[in-house]
Amino acid sequence: MASAIELRAVTKRFLTPSGGVYVALHDLDLAVEPGEFCAVVGPTGCGKSTTLALISGLEPASEGEVDVFGKPVTGIVDGIGFVFQSDAVFPWKTVLENVAAGPRYHGSTTRDARDAAREWIARVGLAGFEDRYPYQLSGGMRKRVALAQSLINGPRILLMDEPFSALDVQTRSLMENELLSLWSSTSASVVFVTHDLEEAISLSDRVFVITAAPGTVKSNYRVDLPRPRNVAEIRFQPRFTEIYEEIWKDLRDEVLVSYERQKRSGAA
Amino acid sequence: MNVRSAAARLSAPMGVRVEPQAHAGADLTARRARDIRRRRLTVLGLQLLVAVVWLGSWELTTRLGWVDKFFFAQPSEIALKLWTWVTQGTELGPLWDQVLTTMEETVGGFIVGSLLGVVFGVALGRIRLLADVLSPYIKGANAIPRVVVGALFAISLGLDIKSKIATAAILVFFVVFFNAFQGVREVDRNLIANARILGAGNRQLTTEIIIPSALSWITASLHTSFGLALVGAVVGELFGATSGVGELIYSAKNNFDADGVFAGMALLAAIALVAEALITALETRLVRWRPQVNTETRI
Repeated sequence: MASAIELRAVTKRFLTPSGGVYVALHDLDLAVEPGEFCAVVGPTGCGKSTTLALISGLEPASEGEVDVFGKPVTGIVDGIGFVFQSDAVFPWKTVLENVAAGPRYHGSTTRDARDAAREWIARVGLAGFEDRYPYQLSGGMRKRVALAQSLINGPRILLMDEPFSALDVQTRSLMENELLSLWSSTSASVVFVTHDLEEAISLSDRVFVITAAPGTVKSNYRVDLPRPRNVAEIRFQPRFTEIYEEIWKDLRDEVLVSYERQKRSGAA
Repeated sequence: MNVRSAAARLSAPMGVRVEPQAHAGADLTARRARDIRRRRLTVLGLQLLVAVVWLGSWELTTRLGWVDKFFFAQPSEIALKLWTWVTQGTELGPLWDQVLTTMEETVGGFIVGSLLGVVFGVALGRIRLLADVLSPYIKGANAIPRVVVGALFAISLGLDIKSKIATAAILVFFVVFFNAFQGVREVDRNLIANARILGAGNRQLTTEIIIPSALSWITASLHTSFGLALVGAVVGELFGATSGVGELIYSAKNNFDADGVFAGMALLAAIALVAEALITALETRLVRWRPQVNTETRI
């Protein structure tokens, strides 16, 4: 069966404001199976978010091939969802309008879009908040809006860029559980970028470790913990600790490299 | 939990357990309301005091002859002048007609100027090539003292309302244009990316993301630009008109009537204050998705 996402020998270069060239990703290979939940971990600035931008079609690759469901990516990919790190819900739209945006952009009538939106709002536990504006919601609630906004389009691929990093610890593990239960009712493949290894392991089937910039896949691990999982409790299982230690050995070196570099560029 | 509510919890029967705290809450809101009221009264009192001191010293110094009232007018005379205008009309006709004329010119120029400003600002903000091509012309046009264009309009458009609207509109245009342009440029990249992923086309991006986002910049500029529209209308009247508050001031000046000039200024100030209130109301409507800030202390 074809992979849902396949990146082959992908390199991504950016022009820096000072006119130099910054290599964010170098010769990166990565494949995600249909329905698989993958986490991508790596040190700060290793190109994790860039990987998502390439898969979604927001950015073109400089070299190499990016395929989604066997087709090369040339623009915004159809059937993709993206949950951003920062708040990307539209502040001038109410919760209902925010969630209804996707179907409307795809040509639904306003009425149909709103009906579907009401259903999704209820599914993420925000029933009764349809007419609020984002500024009237807590950070966790805004994330729920963002989730509903993405999932209402029925994406076959869901990309998530450190979506919960701004939340407090309790809200975060609540949202992680919520995400797993929402995901289990879909057949979407997920690429979940995070710098938190615990989060990566507790959510995913597979963890990719990316090296310090220029980023490339250092190793990938299967996470053979049973589902359904409770994120708050799975961390206490012995198997979790084993996997954690194994991946951490790989990740630690990259984090150190990146940290040393930051110190040096900070001193320069 | 404080000692009082702990004690209440121990002694009170089930149903009224939370009562002391609810009571404390009501106390607090009542006190807060009282504080706000008191503060409002203080501000109002001080505002009145400023007016009394200012007008009083003006009146006093002109009455005592320290300041020549022929050149600097006198508050009581100005008030009298205004009263005569209201009751007997001005030399140009009923006062209401003059105010209405100036209002029409101002509002007309304001609407034309801000609409054009928004359209051009959004277009140039969205279309890079257009912005690059037109930018030297716009910067150049912006550098000209634009009120002199009023003279040109008086020749080309005649002495009726059109030339005043054009003068007001051109003053308004640049302010709104630059704000709209900047507003479009400052739109959060994440919001655009999100909308594109959700399936928004170019047109939906403009109407649903770019314009709403730029609206807070645009509405901020409307406050300044209404004042400028008033300037444009009055300057337009100075270049030649048959009615309007500016023309009223102009004819008072020709008669060496300082009271008349000040009375006209007072009228303009009143118009500006009313308009400011209307624009604030409009702004609140347009950007009601934004957390409401306390607008009272804003100038």
